[in-house]
Amino acid sequence: MTRRSQPTILIVIALALLVEPIFAAGLLNPKKIKAKSNPPQYVRFSQVLPQDEQLFHALERLTFGPKPGDLDSLQHLGLRNWLELQLHPERVPENPELQQRLAPLESLRMSIRETYVHYPPPQWIRAVARGQGNLPEDPEVRAVVLHLAERYVRKSAATPNDPNDDSDLDLKAKLDDILTPQQIAVLKAGASEERRRILAAIPPQKQRDFVWALRPAERRQLFLAAPVPLRRELMLSINPQNVVANDLSEGKLLRAIYSNHQLEELLVDFWFNHFNVFQGKGADRYLIPTYEREAIRPHVFDTFYNLLLATAESPAMLFYLDNWQSVAPPPAGAAAPGKRGGKHGLNENYGRELLELHTLGVNSGYTQQDVIEVARCFTGWTIANQQKGGGFEYKDKVHDKGQKTVLGHIIPAGGGMSDGLEVLQILAHHPATAHHLSLQLARRFVADDPPPSLVNRMTQTFLKSGGDLRQVTQTMVRSPEFWSQGAYEAKIKTPFELVVSAVRATNADVTSAFLLARELQKLGEPLYGKVEPTGYSSANADWVSSAGLLDRMNFALALVHNCVPGVTVNTAQWQSTAEEDPLKLARLVLQQNPSGPTQAAIRKTFAAQPQVDLARNAKDTQPGLPALIAGLALGSPEFQRH
Amino acid sequence: MLSRRLFLKNSSLAMVGIGSAPAWLSRAVYAKDGPGERKRILITIFQRGAVDGLNVVIPHGEPNYYSLRPGIAIPRPDGTDAAAIDLDGHFGLHPALHSLKPLWDNGQLAIVEAVGSPDPTRSHFDAQDYMESGTPGLKATYDGWLNRALVEERFPSPLRAVSLSPDLPRTLRGTNKALAVGNLNDFQVKDASAAGTFETMYGTSTDTVLNGTARETFEAVKTVQSLCNAPYTPANGAKYPGGRLGQSLLQIARMIKANVGLEVAFADVGGWDTHVNEVGGQPHTGQLANLLRDFGDALAAFSQDMGDRMADITVATMSEFGRTVKENGNRGTDHGHANVMFVLGGSVRGGRVHGQWPGLAPEQLYEGRDLNVTTDFRSVLAELVMKRMGNREIATVFPGFDGSRAIGVLA
Repeated sequence: MTRRSQPTILIVIALALLVEPIFAAGLLNPKKIKAKSNPPQYVRFSQVLPQDEQLFHALERLTFGPKPGDLDSLQHLGLRNWLELQLHPERVPENPELQQRLAPLESLRMSIRETYVHYPPPQWIRAVARGQGNLPEDPEVRAVVLHLAERYVRKSAATPNDPNDDSDLDLKAKLDDILTPQQIAVLKAGASEERRRILAAIPPQKQRDFVWALRPAERRQLFLAAPVPLRRELMLSINPQNVVANDLSEGKLLRAIYSNHQLEELLVDFWFNHFNVFQGKGADRYLIPTYEREAIRPHVFDTFYNLLLATAESPAMLFYLDNWQSVAPPPAGAAAPGKRGGKHGLNENYGRELLELHTLGVNSGYTQQDVIEVARCFTGWTIANQQKGGGFEYKDKVHDKGQKTVLGHIIPAGGGMSDGLEVLQILAHHPATAHHLSLQLARRFVADDPPPSLVNRMTQTFLKSGGDLRQVTQTMVRSPEFWSQGAYEAKIKTPFELVVSAVRATNADVTSAFLLARELQKLGEPLYGKVEPTGYSSANADWVSSAGLLDRMNFALALVHNCVPGVTVNTAQWQSTAEEDPLKLARLVLQQNPSGPTQAAIRKTFAAQPQVDLARNAKDTQPGLPALIAGLALGSPEFQRH
Repeated sequence: MLSRRLFLKNSSLAMVGIGSAPAWLSRAVYAKDGPGERKRILITIFQRGAVDGLNVVIPHGEPNYYSLRPGIAIPRPDGTDAAAIDLDGHFGLHPALHSLKPLWDNGQLAIVEAVGSPDPTRSHFDAQDYMESGTPGLKATYDGWLNRALVEERFPSPLRAVSLSPDLPRTLRGTNKALAVGNLNDFQVKDASAAGTFETMYGTSTDTVLNGTARETFEAVKTVQSLCNAPYTPANGAKYPGGRLGQSLLQIARMIKANVGLEVAFADVGGWDTHVNEVGGQPHTGQLANLLRDFGDALAAFSQDMGDRMADITVATMSEFGRTVKENGNRGTDHGHANVMFVLGGSVRGGRVHGQWPGLAPEQLYEGRDLNVTTDFRSVLAELVMKRMGNREIATVFPGFDGSRAIGVLA
C-alpha cells in the first residue's frame, strides 16, 4: 500500500484538501488537526474516505443502517445538510408510520403512577385478594384487578394437583356471543393467517369480553396472532406488568427501525446504556418508561449536567442502584437499625457507579473514601411512596448533615440536597469526565480504539462548552477521523444493530415488534435486559463468539425465509433483480459491493440451482433463490460490520 | 466405552485429517486415554429463585424447625416415604431426594450447610449476580468467577466451557472463551446447503476477526453435530428425567463421553421461589417435592451414566439465598439468608455434612428470622477451583476474598 508509506505531513495536506468540500462554511478547519500527534498505529485515521464511501459510512454509522433508497436521498440532500438535520432532529418531521405504530403502546406515554394503576403489579393483586389494597378508580382496570385477585384466591385455595386451578371457566359461555361457531373452530385449529383475520375483526368494545371468555393458556396461544391492541388485552388479563415491559422494548425497536431521527435514536440508546438500568429488577419495569422519556431522551443534545441530574433524580436509577434506601448512619451510641431487613444505613452503590461509570471513569484518581463521601452527600435522595409509584423526593431527615470532602472539595456541614447537587456540578465539569465521555462516544461511533487526537478535541469541546453534548457530538461527526479509513467498517454490529439494520435493508414489515424483541433475547442482547450498570459493551470482541456467529447466520436465513416471528419480508420484490444478476440483488441488500468471498459464494449458489427453481418460486409463495441470495448477503462478514 | 480416538475416527472431523485439525483437537486425539491424562471437569448447577434449603436437607434434630414450621415441616424419619430420610441422626434428606441416598451412602455426595453470601441482600437479582460474579456487594464486576477460574490455554477447545442455556450466564462471562448452547441440536446453521456456503465465505474472508471465530465455530459445529448424530444410550441403565436439569445433564454427559475438551459446564434450573403453596396437601408433596424429585433424579442419573468417570468430575449446586425459617401465611416461605449446597463426585469427602450448623434458636438466627451464614459460598467454590481445576490464583478468581479457610469438602 503506497498510501501507508507516505510521510505523515503529506497525508495531513491531502486530508485537508479532501475534507474541505464537506466541511466548508467554517464547520471545521482540518488544517489545525495534527494527525501526526497520534502514535503510528492510528495512521488509517489520517486516510480520508472517498466521497461515495463517505455517504455509505454516514448511513451505516449515524443511522441504524441504510434502507433501499436512503443513499440516493442522502446524495440529493448533501452530506452536510443531512448531518445538520440529524443534529437538530426537531427540524425533521417524524415519520407518521412510526407514530401510528407507537400509538397502541399506551404505557409509553404514562406517568409512573398511571403505569402502576393501569398495569397493576402482582403485589397489588395479592393485596386486594387479601382485602388489604385499594382498588383502582378506572372501572376497566378495576375489573382486571378484581378478576386477577379472584383467580389468585382460587389458586391459593386449590390443591396443587387440581387441573382447574388456572381457568376462568365461569366466563366461558360468552365466547359464543362474540364469535360464530365456525370462527371459534378456525381459531382453535385453523391456519395462522385465518386466525389472524378473525382476531383482527373483533370489534374493540368486545375485546375484553373475548379475552375473559378464554382460558389463560388459550390466551397465551393467541399472543402470536393477535393484533397489537388485542394482544395487550390478552397479556393484561394474565400478567399486567408484562405489558409495560413489552411496550418498552417494542417502542425501542420501532423507533430504531422507522424513526426519521436516526442519530437521536442512536444517542438515546447510547446514553441510556451509559446510564444503564435493568428492567428485571423489581419496580424498575414500571420506572423505566418514564426514565427513558424524561431523563434520557430530552437531554441527549443538552448539557451533560442536565442529563446527569435527570438520571440522579430518576426513580429508576435511585431504585436500581439502591440509593433510595441509603440513609445517614445512626449517630455513635444510638440503637442499631431495626431488625427485619429495614434500613441498612449508607449504601455506596450509586456513589461508586456515579464516579466509575457515569462520570470520571475507572482509575481516574478517586479513592474508596471519595465513594463513601459521595454516597453520604446523596443520603435522602429517595423515592416518594416507593410502593405506589411516586417520583423523586429529597428526605432531609435521613440526610447525613456532616462535613464531606469529595475529590478535595470541602462540602461544609449542615447542607441538604445541595450537597448532592454540588457533587454533580463538580463531576459534570471535571476534565476526567470530559475525557471519559468523549472516549466512550468515540468508541461507540468511531472505533474501539479511537485516535487520541479525536478524543482530545472532543474533550476540549466538552470543557469549553460547559459539557454541551450537541457540540461534543458535532466535533466527533465533523472530524476527519470520523470520515477516515480507520473508522470505516471498523465496528461489529451488536445484535440489536444487526437485527434493525437487516429489517431496514430488506424493507421488511414489522407485524409484531413484541415477537421481534424476543429474537434479540436469543441473539444475546435483550432490550433493557442488561443486568450490570456497565450497560452493553460496544467493543467488537464482546460480540464475536461461536454461538453468536451461528445465531447471526441463522437469523439472516430465517429472516429472508419469513421464519422470524413478527417480521414479513416481501421476497417477490427481489425476483426480477435476481433473475437479471444475483450480485445486483446482493448489492441492493448490502447497499455496497459484496466482498470477493461473498460474491463467490453467491455465484456458486446461483450456478448450483437450476433455473427452473426461479420460475417455480415465482408462482407459489415459496421463497426460493432470491431469498437465499439475500440471506447469504445478510449473513456475510461485511453485513456484520458497519 | 468408546475411546476418544475411535470417536474421532467415526466423526466427520476425522476426515479433515489430523494435519489440518485445530490444535486443541489434535492434542485431544493424541492424549493418552489413561485417567491421569483426562481433564477434570467441574459442573455447577444454579437453582434460581432461592431454594428452601431447610426443606431440602431437613434438620430433624432441631425442635425449633418443627415449632417454626407447623404446616410445612417434613416429618422426622420414621422409615415411611412421607418423612425425612435420615443421614446422620440430625439431618435428613427430603423424601423426594431418595435417589441421592445411595450416593450419600457410597461417599460420593457431600452436603455443606449454612452456606451463603456475606452480603445481606434479599433481592434475587442482586444475590444471583453476586454469586455468579463471585464478588458479593460489587455490582460492576464484568466477568464471572467460573470464567476467571479457567486456566489460560494457548489452544483452548471451543467446547471447553459450556453453559446449557440460551444466553451465556454471568458466571461464564469473561475473557476466556465460553459457549452457550441452549440445545446441542440447535448448534448449527439450520439450512444445510447454506452452512457449507457460509463456511467457505467466512473461511476465505479477509476479515481476520470474523474469519478466525468462524473457523473455530464450524469446527465446534462439526464436533457437536457428529455427537448429535450418533445414537446415545446412557450407560448403566441411567434414566434422565424429562425436566430441564435432567436434559441439561444428559447433554453434558454426551459432551464428556465424546471427549470434546469440556472443562467446566453450567446449568440452571428455576421455580424455587416458593412463597405460596411450597407444600401440597401433605408436607412431603406439592411444588417443592416435585422440583426436588426432578433435581435428585437428574443428579443420580448423571452419576450413574458417568460411572467410573465420576472420579474426574465434580458437581456443585447452589442457590442465591435461603428462605425464612418460619413459614408464612400461604404455606410457603419468604426470602432468607443461608442455604445448603451439594457437592458430588470424585474425591469428595462424601457421606457427611460439612460446615458449622448455627442452630435455629431465636438468638441464633440472622436478623431474627433466617439461618445464619457460617460458611462463605466462596470458601466452597475456591476449594473446588484449587483442588479440581488446579487454579491456585484465588485472589484473581475471587478478588478480595481470603481463600485460605478451605472447609475440606474435597480430599
